[in-house]
Amino acid sequence: MLGIVNGTVYDPPNGINGEVRDIWIKDGRIVAAEDVDRAQAQIVDAAGLVVMAGGVDIHSHFVGAKVNAGRKFRPEDHRDHVRSRTSFSRSGAGYTVPTTHLTGYLYAEMGYTTVMEAATAPLVARHTHEELEDTPLLDKGAYITMGNNHFIMRAIQAGEREKARDYVAWLLNATKGYAIKVVNPGGVENWKWGKNVGELDDEVIGFGVTPRQILDALTWISDTLRLPHPPHIHCINLGQSGNARTTVETIQALDGRRAHLCHLQFLSYEGEADRLPRSGAAAVAQAVNAQPYLTVDVGQVIFGPATTMTSDGPLQYRLRQLTGHKWLNDDVESETGGGVVPIDYKRNNLFNAVQWITGLELFLLIEDPWRVFLTTDHPNAGPFFCYPQVIKLLMDRDYRAEMCERLPARARKGTLLPDLKREYSLSEIAIITRAGTARALGLTRKGHLGVGADADVTVYPALDDPEAMFAHPRYVLKGGEIVVREGKLVREQPGRTLYVAPDYDPTIEADVRAHFETAYTVAFENYPVAPEYLPHAEEVICSL
Amino acid sequence: MSRTIENVVCTFCGCLCDDIVVEVDEDENGNSGRIARMRKACANGRGLFTHYDPTPQPPTVDGRPVSWEEAVAEAARILDKADSPLIYGLSSTATEAQRKVVELADKVGAILDTTSSVCHGPSGLAMQAVGEPTCTLGEVRNRADLLIFWGCNPAVSHVRHFARYSALPKGTYTPEGRRGRTVVVVDVRPTASSRTADLFLQVAPGADFEALTALRALIQGKTVAADAVGSVPVSQLASLAEQMKSCRFGVVFMGMGLTQSRGRDMNVSELFTLVAELNQYTRFSVLPMRGHGNVTGADQVMTWLSGYPFAVSFARGYPSYGPGEFSAVDVLARGEADAALIVASDPLAHFPAAAARRLAQIPAIALDPVPSLTTQAARVVFPTACYGVDAAGTAYRMDGVPLRLRPVLRTARPTDADVLTQIIEAVKSC
Repeated sequence: MLGIVNGTVYDPPNGINGEVRDIWIKDGRIVAAEDVDRAQAQIVDAAGLVVMAGGVDIHSHFVGAKVNAGRKFRPEDHRDHVRSRTSFSRSGAGYTVPTTHLTGYLYAEMGYTTVMEAATAPLVARHTHEELEDTPLLDKGAYITMGNNHFIMRAIQAGEREKARDYVAWLLNATKGYAIKVVNPGGVENWKWGKNVGELDDEVIGFGVTPRQILDALTWISDTLRLPHPPHIHCINLGQSGNARTTVETIQALDGRRAHLCHLQFLSYEGEADRLPRSGAAAVAQAVNAQPYLTVDVGQVIFGPATTMTSDGPLQYRLRQLTGHKWLNDDVESETGGGVVPIDYKRNNLFNAVQWITGLELFLLIEDPWRVFLTTDHPNAGPFFCYPQVIKLLMDRDYRAEMCERLPARARKGTLLPDLKREYSLSEIAIITRAGTARALGLTRKGHLGVGADADVTVYPALDDPEAMFAHPRYVLKGGEIVVREGKLVREQPGRTLYVAPDYDPTIEADVRAHFETAYTVAFENYPVAPEYLPHAEEVICSL
Repeated sequence: MSRTIENVVCTFCGCLCDDIVVEVDEDENGNSGRIARMRKACANGRGLFTHYDPTPQPPTVDGRPVSWEEAVAEAARILDKADSPLIYGLSSTATEAQRKVVELADKVGAILDTTSSVCHGPSGLAMQAVGEPTCTLGEVRNRADLLIFWGCNPAVSHVRHFARYSALPKGTYTPEGRRGRTVVVVDVRPTASSRTADLFLQVAPGADFEALTALRALIQGKTVAADAVGSVPVSQLASLAEQMKSCRFGVVFMGMGLTQSRGRDMNVSELFTLVAELNQYTRFSVLPMRGHGNVTGADQVMTWLSGYPFAVSFARGYPSYGPGEFSAVDVLARGEADAALIVASDPLAHFPAAAARRLAQIPAIALDPVPSLTTQAARVVFPTACYGVDAAGTAYRMDGVPLRLRPVLRTARPTDADVLTQIIEAVKSC
């Protein structure tokens, strides 16, 4: 039993905005005051401190095949960024691509307690789960890439949506995934022929379907299966000048259905192809504002080193050609692809400066904080532990103006950012970092501090400098246990893997088995991830 | 009574064929006695299953049978006493055990290296230098119309590779199988593999780098002012360059002919760069032919837990990377390690003399399902279960696809992971 008393609580889902409250914890959950014997309870004095639910990251590449390939080929990333073992914790290394235990420690030390892995190829989901189990302190789940899946595209082509739906449900069960991920729908398959897609109605080679049809089918399937998180979509044309148009078209094509668009900053550029882009945030934000069932995360660029890694094979090749940097590519049979390229975002690089401006404009122009979330698309636009820097940019317009002034004049010319005076409140920060993300994920026990919530709580010092405040929580509690004090890890414990298990018509398995005969080099029987891989797991019920 | 188990994964080599059928003779209580019959496995894989005797054996200390507790206590004593313990092996055990090995190395501040360092370690260095465009084996089967095997001999080392993944099978976009593919072998001598190829280029020993550089130049449309490079006529290289640019989906498989000959990681960097550059013209991938069944898993586990694939020292309290500095052969040859823990490997049989001599002098602990030169010389020996035969676990195929290993025989021996867990509990934290 534990009580966090006299803290200033920001708990937007429960209508609490900076009020002094006591939070009581028993058996890993938040409970009512009368359910606790105060004489027996450990008391954390939070007088003068700010209390929020633990942070919930909706989009981060932190485990699995692609991340590990990034770790392996970037020894230069790890050398100067190490952590020593202690009597209770493991050693680790890495800056943009830290090792698994270190990732858990760094998230916890920033007050985050739930993180979603943004892209796992189904064929290597077992790898993702092995790494998830080695990532302590966090509750977590994995999105499963399906936007270039042969079985799904064939079913769409044949007009057999129900078959595609049952397959998606089977696949989520087989991979112990959490949501449908769509990456450059159709474009990754075309990359296997050395091509891409550029428009929503371009054809996927060999399948006769289009990105529009894939998006249409997968959003319908997600709704029909009542998945807690809607399709998590990485749109076509990522990173290219002029992609704001196809992004707005994509939003319109979703036709009001539930969806999440990830790292929208990379998809909100105006300008001509292959020329320096301008921010297209205004048009994209307007389209987002008009669709009440759409959520987005930003993917804010952080100046400094990053590692780009996506399932978007043609994009990663483009980045290689642009930067000349070393390049990993991995085409995955019948499912997806991907690549990794290191990058360094520079303040004085015109493109990078425009990207930085675009991200902040999206944050400031999308009106409803419940629908726009803080991410850096870790480690694509920068490492996750730089979130406090972004929070400061959102909360402090003078600081923002000062940072903007330091950008090259040509990048600033004609942008809206200097005129956007909006400042996020602490309550809004709580929404874009936990309450809103938890709601978009359908995690009813996360992101808030009401009775019945998981006892994942972060206590921050009330500092004038939001960056310092959010970088070093005074206390972090995971499942009711104090795991961080004064910004330092004091305890390691495992987190849980969250997964969905939607129902499906079992007769689909005969079709899937037949598909395996031709499409795969592993046996149908050897494909599903067994429960042994999730020793700490919790099923999230499909009921939305 | 006999029981048939289908879709068994064979861990002999990096192919991890998962279609093996095993028949086991059992008594009426379901206790499995022995493997009666195997189907689909190659001779190498068959040997792995049928030569293994799963009868439980007691661990030994100095050749004397002891209890498991006693052996664990002695192993812990050796590691606690050592200033610079070396942990080596890993490629023939499951990831469950590999994860425990890294935890142990972290706790005792050991130098930790895997068999990668004497095998495809240079491929890892090349990947770190220039990247690696690759794909899964199913993409090879379903799409590849040009296959190049460079410095490897799968007909002997990865016996079912041609049939299951590369030269022969019919796939989604390769309906003609072998007839729709061109197979090229590059090696320093004719091999069983080269005899099945459409084109064999015999390169002079030690001249792979030159041949690769000439190919890069030819692909970029440059003229090579020589009649032959590395004994290969330039006309032959030029025609290969043209084939590489004009194929639809090309794949190079490369082996230790590149990684362990003069030039090592430079050879591989040149090849990986060549393959990356070919993607300006068509789609091209490269796959290292990883040898031991789970050496790819060893790379993966080492990387997610330490940041580096092999040759890692935990002596400073955090992982440091040093191929040549922390690789087992070098550490031993310099006489630096003062104790060793060998997991599922036989370095005494395979290391250069200077390294093997040192290994034989220092107190060693060995975990292995089968006796070897290393277990014969080790002070403490744990006869553990064989993952994939009488223990469940996980292994990663050469293309990074992880597979579940299910036991075909009843598990009676402790696994590597069981023993390592006990040693981790018994050792002092350094």
